[in-house]
This record gives sequence, C-alpha cells and structure tokens, in this order.
Amino acid sequence: MRWLLVAALAVLLALPAWLNSYAVTVFIFIFFYAFLGQAWNLVGGYAGQLSAGHAAFVGVGAYASALLSAQAGLTPWIGMLVGGALAAALGTVVGYLGFRFGLRGFYFVLLTVAFAEICRIVALNTDAVGGALGFYITFTGNPRQFQFQDNRAYYYIALGLMVAATGIVAAIERRRFGAYLIAIREDEQACEALGVNTFRYKMLAMVVSSFLTGVGGTFYAFYLFSLQPNSVFGIPLSVEIVIRPIVGGAGTVLGPILGSFILSPLAEASRIYFGQGGWSGAHLIAYGLLLIAVVLFLPQGAYPALRRLWVKAAVR
Amino acid sequence: MAVGLTLIFGVMRVVNFAHGDMMVWGMYLAWLLATRAGVDPYVGFVACAAVLFGLGVLIQRLLVDRIVDAPHEMQILLMLGVALVLENGALVAFGPDPQRVRSPLRAATIWLGPVFVDVARLITFVLAMALTLALYLFLSRTDLGRTMRAAADNAYGALVIGADVRRVYAVAFGIGAACVGAAGALVSPIVPFQPAGGLGLSVASFNIVIIGGMGSLPGAFLGGLLVSVAESLGALFLSPSMKELVSFSLLILILLFRPAGLFGKAAS
Amino acid sequence: MSADGPAAGGGPPLLEVRGIGKRFGGLQAVHDLSFEMTRGEVLGLIGPNGAGKTTVFNLLSGFLAPDDGEVRFDGRSLAGLKPHAVCQLGLVRTFQIVRPFPHLSVLDNVRVGALARRPQMAEARERARAVIEQVGLGAKARQPAAGLTLAERKRLELARALATEPTLLLLDEVMAGLNPTEIEAIVGLIRSINASGISILLIEHNMRAVMTLSGRIVVLSFGEKIVEGPPAAVANHPRVVEAYLGEEYVHAPAR
Repeated sequence: MRWLLVAALAVLLALPAWLNSYAVTVFIFIFFYAFLGQAWNLVGGYAGQLSAGHAAFVGVGAYASALLSAQAGLTPWIGMLVGGALAAALGTVVGYLGFRFGLRGFYFVLLTVAFAEICRIVALNTDAVGGALGFYITFTGNPRQFQFQDNRAYYYIALGLMVAATGIVAAIERRRFGAYLIAIREDEQACEALGVNTFRYKMLAMVVSSFLTGVGGTFYAFYLFSLQPNSVFGIPLSVEIVIRPIVGGAGTVLGPILGSFILSPLAEASRIYFGQGGWSGAHLIAYGLLLIAVVLFLPQGAYPALRRLWVKAAVR
Repeated sequence: MAVGLTLIFGVMRVVNFAHGDMMVWGMYLAWLLATRAGVDPYVGFVACAAVLFGLGVLIQRLLVDRIVDAPHEMQILLMLGVALVLENGALVAFGPDPQRVRSPLRAATIWLGPVFVDVARLITFVLAMALTLALYLFLSRTDLGRTMRAAADNAYGALVIGADVRRVYAVAFGIGAACVGAAGALVSPIVPFQPAGGLGLSVASFNIVIIGGMGSLPGAFLGGLLVSVAESLGALFLSPSMKELVSFSLLILILLFRPAGLFGKAAS
Repeated sequence: MSADGPAAGGGPPLLEVRGIGKRFGGLQAVHDLSFEMTRGEVLGLIGPNGAGKTTVFNLLSGFLAPDDGEVRFDGRSLAGLKPHAVCQLGLVRTFQIVRPFPHLSVLDNVRVGALARRPQMAEARERARAVIEQVGLGAKARQPAAGLTLAERKRLELARALATEPTLLLLDEVMAGLNPTEIEAIVGLIRSINASGISILLIEHNMRAVMTLSGRIVVLSFGEKIVEGPPAAVANHPRVVEAYLGEEYVHAPAR
C-alpha cells in the first residue's frame, strides 16, 4: 500500500507541468479542503465529536493573519502560526465548555454552530475588520507576504498542507493518542474505567484540530484575497469541511483525501453543467444527495468500503 | 415552527436539521399560491401545511425510518443532507433572490391599546397560537395523539400495546413538517425569504427548542416567545444585526447549565 | 469449600470503605456502608436486586461521588478522583452490562486497557496478547468484538480490565447470563487471577460461585450492610434469608 501512496504523491508533484491554470485551481481546492477535512478528522472522525462550526477556526486564522499583515506588516508566514494559535485558543474554549459540561452528539454540534455563528455576527458588525463589506488584501505578489504570481506555488503549498496534516494524523493514529481517541469514540465511559483521561484527550484533539484549521485560514485569506464573514465563518464552509471526511471515511487517514477527490470535482462538474448556480448552487444538491446516500448505505465512508473490496479482490 | 421541531424530536428522538429548509419551501409554496393562484397566504397556509405534511411523511418513510436506531451522528448527517437538497433545490427552482408575498392585509395597521400593530403580524400571531393550541389538543385528546405521546415515552412499550409505531412516526414527522409549512406560509408576507435562509431558520428553531426544552410542547411555545422577546430587546439595545447574538448566547448558556431546557424532559 | 487467596490477611487493608452513603433524589441507595479488604483476598458482595451493589461499585471506582463517608485505597483517599485516576491507582471495575468497543478487534480492545500502564503501542500490544491468552481468547484476537458470544465478551471485559495491571479488580456480575459450563470456566479463571496476586471484589447472584470463590462475604440489603463474614456463616444467616426471600421463609417449618 505504501508504494501506491508514494507513487501517487510523485504524480501529484509532477502534475502541474501538464495542467492548465484552471485544472491547477481545481487541484488547489481539492488539496486545501482535504487539508481542512483532515484537521477536522482528528476531532470529528477519530474522537467522534462532531463539530459543525470549524469554519470559526478558519475565520479566526484568516482574519488574524490578514490583519497582522495589513496593519503590523507581519509576514503571513509567521502570521499563520499566530492565526493558528488564536484558533487553537478558541478551540480550547469551545472544547472546554463542551467537554467539561459533558455535551455530546447533537448538543455539541449546536455548541460549535453557536460559536461559529457568534463569530460571524461579530465580524459582520465590526467595522475594524471590514464589517459586512469584508476585508480585502491588496495583491502584491510578494512571496514574503505569502502571495504568489504563479498559481502553481499555491498548488504546492496546498499539497504540502494536505500532506503535512495527513502525516500528523497518521502519526497520531499510530500512537496511544490515536488509539485512545478511537476508543473514546466507541465508548467514553468504558474508556474512563480503563484509565483514559477522556477529557484531556478530547481537548488535545480539539486543540490540534483547531490549530491546523486556523493555519488553513491564512491560506484561505491569501489565496482568495477577500474575507467575507458570511463565507469564512459561515455554515456552508463548515459543511464543506465536514463532508469530505464523512464521505471519504471519517476516522481514517486517507478518508478526507479520498472525499475531497470525490467531492471537489463533483462540485466543479455540477457548477459547469448547471450553468446557473454560481452562488453555492446545484453542486450542493449533489452534496446533499451524496451525504444521504453515504449515511444510508456506506456509513463508514468510501475508504473503508474500498478497502474491503481491495481485500476481497486480493483474497481471490 | 419550534413546536413542529419539538414534536419530531420528542416522538422520534431524531433531530431534524432540515427543518428550516422545509419552512422555506413552505414560504415558497405560499408565494406560488399567492402569485399564481391569487390565494392569500392567510388562507393558503392550509394548503402549504398539507403539502409539507406529505413531504414530511415521504422523507420519514424513505429515509428517516432506516436510521431511527442509528447513532445520533448519522441522523444529524442524514438530515443535513436533506437540508442541502431542499435548500439548493429551492435555489435552483426559485433563484437566489429574496422574495416576499404580497398580501392585501400587508399595509393595514390597527390600534391595539396603546400600540400600533401590524394587522398581518397580528393575524400571524393569532393563527400561530390557534394552531399550537389545536396541536396540543390533538396530542392530549385524540387517540392518535395519545399514541404518539406513548410512542415518545417508550417506543417498545407502544409496540407491545399494538400501536403501529412506524405509522405514528410517519405522522409525527408529517405533522412536524406541516407545522413548519404553515409557519412558513404565515410568515411569508412579513419577512423576505430566500433559499439560503433555510439553515439559519433551522438553527433558530433549534435555539428555541433547546431553550424551551426538547420534547416539551409548552416549552417550545414559550421558548419561541422568550427568544423573540430576547432578540427584540437585543435589537433595541445592541443593534439590529446583533440580535442573533443574544439568542446564540442564550443557547450556549442553556446548553451548559440546563441542557434539558426550561421545561424539557432530559434527552435520551 | 471456601477458599482464601494467597496471603489473605496481614498487612494494612488494601481497601477501606468508611461510612459511605449515596442518595438519588428521595432514594437512599447506599447508607452508612463500611467494610475492609486485605491484600490478596476475594470478597463477595451479595444482596437482592436493588440492594445498591452496583452503586457501591460506582462509588468505589469514581463514577459517583459519595455524599458521606470516604473510600481509601492503599492508604490513599479516593475523594474527588475521576474514574481514570482511580484506575491509574490500581482499582479497576468491569461493567454489569458488558461494553466492548464494538468496532475494534479483541486485541485492540484489550490494548486500550494495556496502554494505561504501557504507553508504547508495541509494548501494550504484547501485554494485550498475553492477557488475551490468559483468559482463553487467544484464537479470537483479531475478531471484531461485536461478533463475540456473551461468554466471550465477559472474558474480553475481564481481559481489558486485567490489562491495566490492577491491584484490586471489581467484577460486576460477571457470571450473569452464562451457562453452567461457562460459569465453571470463569470461576477457574477468577481463581487463577487471584492466585497471581490480584485482589477481587465481586458482585454476584450465583450463590455457588460466590461461596466457592470468596474468603469473606458482605451482604447488602436496601443499601445497608446486614451481614459480613465467611461464606458458611453467611449462607444460612436468618437475616440473609429474610432479605432474599422475605420474612416468612426465615421461620419456615422444615419439611
């Protein structure tokens, strides 16, 4: 299996040489959303704490690095760490409130949504960050400011982010941290009885997850150059983040990546095919149908199903 | 609106994330009726309720029934999928721009004691209260209603006494959807609506239901009143666009300190 | 017929329960309960349904906090400790209704327990393997826990708890739902666990098993201790009979 992944990576590294700019853009989105999905995967997939408010972390990271760059001249290369740290701080708060007060399942989902929405409303009403009009970043194309003329630079950065996040998740899965998260998802109380400090591990997952997502926020800001509270804190973004690991396989290392490779092209295709939309149009109908189908028929996601097929084929 | 949601949760313990989007469809149906058939929404809401009842039953039978026993996360995701389909279906069908239904009553106002009151809003309020009352009576007085409450308390026990639990679930879901369809229609002359508003309405419904107490009908009703008042106060003292901040903050507080809500039974 | 564990008695008490009580709303589930355990012994906790036995387990293992009294384990107070901390100290409990991690294999299930003492995954795996062999589930190591029979799940629950290297093991009705052969086997297993130095506190309804295994028995009724002593003394004690069968049986004429 490993050689397959290495080969795939080699292909991805070489790909930009043959792709036109549009295709490169599609891949950038595949990688970027896979990255965000992978970050979510840690707390939502492995630990089983469904968060529908991860956009909050993207937004915090995005605004933080954008503001620091515009007003303090801080290079986003460092700004992304600051953004990540701030997102992690928010994650700590949300996690603490959720886990300390024993919120599970649906209630935890609501808590995360509430926080994301509060962030959105606050951003909408704070003129210092642009309010409803949004915050714009002037394009300089200066790499030191995390801006690049060439699309392909973004491609490699997004790819790097995705690989890094995947590496982190894979490393965690191999260790006690990962084993504990999976067990927590199965049965928290049984874990407690076996000496697992479930609060600590859930918090840890939340912090790492929100940090990574916050870092992603910087990429978002400096790739799109404009931040709109409704987009960057909004539920649609949270949906984009969540749906990839769910469809691809929550709680697996490759799930979010697979999910992104399925969903992003699907989104693009339906965007083209249906012409209108343009807003978040018809592709979301496809998302919805896919989500329904996955829940009903493939609750563990595409990757585990594929793996089973692979195993069956190998046995023959 | 919230009453419908709490019914669905109370009976089936399924959280309906598509609630708001159903409401949006209710609104659009009312709009269709108004513009194509010239039916005033205050009359047409019955039709909206009926159509959404059907939709609710359909969704329940086809989809929700299969996952009643599944872990909560799966249910949430399923309804989220439904929400996405409904919301963007509306987008495709009706376009993204906000709409409003013109009702001849729209502009009329009357004096009610010391305050000016919009006739439209007044009628909406009265009808909403009447519907809630009707639902309450249905649940407490009729056989089907009682069966529903039994199923809510103990599905297995209800099976034992011969209740057709699946049918009850379907009806419950249908009624919940009908409530929201009616709500949509009643509200359509008052507020502009658009497909994208669906998820916001769902969240608002959840806000209300959590605050009032999941599974409690009076809780949902009072929760609705409470949240509206709180939001209005918020709009007054903070700023109009911040009013949701109030309800979200309230939601967080309730989640932390009294998740059963003000009147609710504890969640399973 | 009664067994003592090795080196039963001697040394400071392993477990000291002093006057613990717990109330739920209007119901006093446990009232002023005190008893002790010495290292290496097997103590049976019996009583009719509703006597509060599982509540006692919850109080000992940190899942519930006592309203009154205190619990001392190995000289340390357990006040305010959460279940995972109690487990780290060496007091581990199993659940009456077994709770395997359904999607994980037997090995992975037990490994979670082993990780409590052996943070390195490889070591934990080794330890898990050993424990699985010990309880006789070796052949099923790779099977998902959801597919096991009830008897196997009970062993799994036991194995998981064992993997945490406990000093005191709390077994909650581990024989419930098993047939006589399976019970026989589990009794043997428990004996061997005790022989390896682990003290055991067991809740059980199966009287034969309890009498066989325990060095001493504590009898609970409506949350209070009514009798304490060696099995022979407890078995025919009138108050015990009364608690289980009702008053009229105590003085039932011999037939």
